[in-house]
Amino acid sequence: MARKVPEINAGSMADISFLLLIFFLVTTTMDVDSGIVRRLPPPPDPTAETPDVKERNVFNVLVNKSDRLFVEGRWGDISTLRTEAKEFLANPNNREDLPEKKFENIPFLGEYPVSRGIISLKNDRGTSYDMYIQVQNELTAAVNELRDELSRQKFGVKFSELNQEYTDAVQKAIPMSISEAEPEDIGGRK
Amino acid sequence: MARFKKEKSGDLPAISTASMPDIIFMLLFFFMVTTTMREVTLKVRNKMPEATEVQKLEKKALVSFIYIGPPTQSRLYGTESRIQLNDSFRTVADIAEFIYMEREARNEADRPLLTTSLKVDKEVKMGVVTDVKQELRKVGAFKINYSTRKKAAKTQD
Repeated sequence: MARKVPEINAGSMADISFLLLIFFLVTTTMDVDSGIVRRLPPPPDPTAETPDVKERNVFNVLVNKSDRLFVEGRWGDISTLRTEAKEFLANPNNREDLPEKKFENIPFLGEYPVSRGIISLKNDRGTSYDMYIQVQNELTAAVNELRDELSRQKFGVKFSELNQEYTDAVQKAIPMSISEAEPEDIGGRK
Repeated sequence: MARFKKEKSGDLPAISTASMPDIIFMLLFFFMVTTTMREVTLKVRNKMPEATEVQKLEKKALVSFIYIGPPTQSRLYGTESRIQLNDSFRTVADIAEFIYMEREARNEADRPLLTTSLKVDKEVKMGVVTDVKQELRKVGAFKINYSTRKKAAKTQD
């Protein structure tokens, strides 16, 4: 004769799971990490000469310690930086003072005039990080908008919706050429 | 003959709580899957700047974080921006070792993919950040990510 096994009381199950739930709520976070992705240049080789870059190919952006912008030798403003950077990189009218272009054979795009322009971003030790990020953001936005335009014109969709091969092609046609210049001690260390 | 008991009026039937554990377990699993463990206790203020052109960090396991900001306990540690690695305040000189340790902790194939995420408070001056960047360049941790919060994009036409 089988003996009757007494049933386990499951009444406290809810309490146990509540405890676990609260433990996980407290110890975990839900934030998504996002940010502006950059690639640092390798450390400079002391023996190598500085590459000769023509003046017309460089777009100088300086941020001083009171967060003011100096763009191409003139006082600049954060609100116009994006348009200026776009015009510099695209050089739609092939102006003499804006960067030269070099025709390159890119898959899916054919012979495409790739701009040789470089954006050089220089900051002071006293620049605030917030301002620096705003400038980085505007410059990234300029490149992203150009990529978007090219992508719409050639493939009819936004850049972010392209597949991997097309993305690579567009990235090659419009490179993210933002250089964070070698730091210089302006006015000495604090 | 079947007899029907007359239902007593006024006495509400008790709601069954038998499914309560199941519901709680469901919530528990939801949180276990969607969240990640808190790894460090922040000792610096971390109010990040906002930007529109952000990219999501793909693999969380391949990211090492460097926190920079003014200490939260300013009475104890002052208001000057400090660097926090793992759980303690460190200086710029410790970054190289930190990166080596982070590399050691990952397996060989993943090491080149390691990204360094700079979580910097928006009021920090660039001097510290530049020093950190120079140090990262020296040890060859070139992939960096300026951690920012997403701001709604401005509508431009």
